[in-house]
Amino acid sequence: MNNLLWLVPTLPLVSFLILALAGKHVSRVWVAIIGAGSVSLSAIITLIIGISFLSLPPATGNYSQTLWTWMQVGGFNPKITLFLDALSLIFVFVITFIGALIHIYSVGFMADDKDYSRFFACMNLFVFSMLLLVLADNLLLLYLGWEGVGLCSYLLIGFWYENPANGYAARKAFIITRVGDTAMAIGLFVIFYQFGTLVIPDVLAKAPILWHQGAYMATITALLLLAGGVGKSAQLPLQTWLPDAMAGPSPVSALIHAATMVTAGVYLIARMHVIFQLSPIAQMIVAVIGTATLFIAGLSALTQYDIKRVLAYSTISQIGYMFLALGVGAWTAAIFHFVIHAFFKALLFLAAGAVIEALHHEHNMFKMGGLKNKLPVIFWTFLVGSASLAALPLISAGFYSKDQILWYAWASQSGNPLLWFIALLGAFITALYTTRMMILVFWGEAKTAIGHHPGKLMTVPLIILAFFSLFAGFIELPHNFGHFTLFSNLLHQVLPETVLKAGINTELQFQVLASLSTFGGIYLAYIFYYKQPQRIEKLKQSGFAMNLYFFWFSGWGFDKLYNVLIVKPIVFIANINKNDVVDKLYQGITFVTIRLYQSLSFTQSGSLRWYVMGLVIGAIIILSIQIML
Amino acid sequence: MKSSISIEMVMLLAGLLFVLGIAGVIIRKNIIFMLLSVEVMLNASGLAFVAAGSRWAQPDGQVMFIFILAMAAAEVSIGLALILQIYHQHKSLDIDKLKEMKG
Repeated sequence: MNNLLWLVPTLPLVSFLILALAGKHVSRVWVAIIGAGSVSLSAIITLIIGISFLSLPPATGNYSQTLWTWMQVGGFNPKITLFLDALSLIFVFVITFIGALIHIYSVGFMADDKDYSRFFACMNLFVFSMLLLVLADNLLLLYLGWEGVGLCSYLLIGFWYENPANGYAARKAFIITRVGDTAMAIGLFVIFYQFGTLVIPDVLAKAPILWHQGAYMATITALLLLAGGVGKSAQLPLQTWLPDAMAGPSPVSALIHAATMVTAGVYLIARMHVIFQLSPIAQMIVAVIGTATLFIAGLSALTQYDIKRVLAYSTISQIGYMFLALGVGAWTAAIFHFVIHAFFKALLFLAAGAVIEALHHEHNMFKMGGLKNKLPVIFWTFLVGSASLAALPLISAGFYSKDQILWYAWASQSGNPLLWFIALLGAFITALYTTRMMILVFWGEAKTAIGHHPGKLMTVPLIILAFFSLFAGFIELPHNFGHFTLFSNLLHQVLPETVLKAGINTELQFQVLASLSTFGGIYLAYIFYYKQPQRIEKLKQSGFAMNLYFFWFSGWGFDKLYNVLIVKPIVFIANINKNDVVDKLYQGITFVTIRLYQSLSFTQSGSLRWYVMGLVIGAIIILSIQIML
Repeated sequence: MKSSISIEMVMLLAGLLFVLGIAGVIIRKNIIFMLLSVEVMLNASGLAFVAAGSRWAQPDGQVMFIFILAMAAAEVSIGLALILQIYHQHKSLDIDKLKEMKG
């Protein structure tokens, strides 16, 4: 059954080709069937492959399928090889399964859009690139998928290109991620220079032989790869593109900016974990970046009024948690949180999209309200998603994944109390802004009339995602109750186990603290936004609070900082250099030539006697020179 | 019969004729006279060749003079044809009025 692997990425590619080349001549029904059907078929094939992989695991723990040799240059011959192991299986499952649900939802959501086929073509290409990224067995093929994902995010963020602001957001996303991509490309050169190969299993096998623990080359390589991951995953300091990327349609936000693309960085670090393990410094930097990002993005989410921007900042913040987990060596915890996050974040984005559409494209949460009884399906699914995001203890999947990360942030060998404390604070903030969003959108008075109710095509994927957001957490239960480790057992084929500090066995206390922080956040939001809204008004009186509010609202001024540090100087230099400096040289040559021609052209008088005179004088000069010498 | 005229004298005469020819080309306004002056220059160079040939007792000088004669005949025929054309086009043989080809 594993032979079917090549079909998984091929189906979306074929669908993309059909829709891109002949999309204008295909009826809308068929666009929907081809676009959504191909990804759904991929999901079904993934399920079949997954079942056969789990029931009859290959002896080596992985399965690879070589399709053809890409190119042959000297000793460098990258192949188009698909590589399936537990880690890529999980990613492929999430991408195809959630991707299929989002595609089905899009059939309903985009029904009135005039560029129906272009939308599905781009979405399919995106799924294809992402699948290539996670299935690649060498880093070059991975990089192809990596860049394809970047291209598709550009195409989809700027999907409604009539509005220049959307085009700006698309360019911003493309350019900022390109900064990381460049670092990653350099990282690949370093790896090829060091190992002479880009095949991932070979690199991982050779790395511990070539480099000793803490070798500076390992640190450099790890940091370069990290820079790539930071760009794609919207972590500090390259996180500014993601909130603006909400310019795209909601399904795009769900697919690209929540469920799959932004987790490419997490995948890369997990895939290259051996190199990161060789460099404790790089791993520490991963953890610090994750922690700082989750804290900063959480506070920014607290101040947004656009519902999609709240979700965007919460995505940045949740991926910060994954980076924290990777940084402290809790590899499986990071991947676990990725899976759970993909479910509930896709759910939240899709539900938010449904709300926005029902309210005539109203994004402002303060103009929503009272939707609890009017859109019951959306309300309940959104509630489930929010509970998972806020990590509501015991009943939500998010609790199990986030609690694991918090626990490892303290208890793992490279964990430390400061990381843990900020992560706990982050959990509190998460609960706070999630509850704030719920209350503003679904409780209170209705401020905008509802346009139309979402159809079955949109609600069914929501219900399926809500189911997983609730119950997916049960595949991995903490040590102190249940101790059910289906997920991490599977992943330990690929990723190492987390090494704990000695003498720590009080996970229960940490779980209680995590629960308390969640409930604290929910309670605080309940007081401020529901019970006693006058307290908010009182806060608004104070100048300090307002300054803080605007600081957080603008995403801690990173946009301004980059504007001053990078954009302004470049625009300034570009203005000075409007007439390219290098051009001056060539302009000089033409100038001199024109001058010479003008100064000599008077000799072309047309008078024959002058020409003869010239001849004679010339002859005399030559003769006299000859005689004199 | 031994010649008593030295080569220097003949060369001087040839040079003088040549300079006269050049002066004629430069000074004269009428194209026909310019053509005549060119003929004078050709003959001056021919004289120089013949004198040099006789001085070193080589036949080359006379061979060259025959070449020059042949060339002069061709040149005159083409030159006269051109002059005829110029006269048809411009109704004038004044070289100063034919200054169309200037930069």
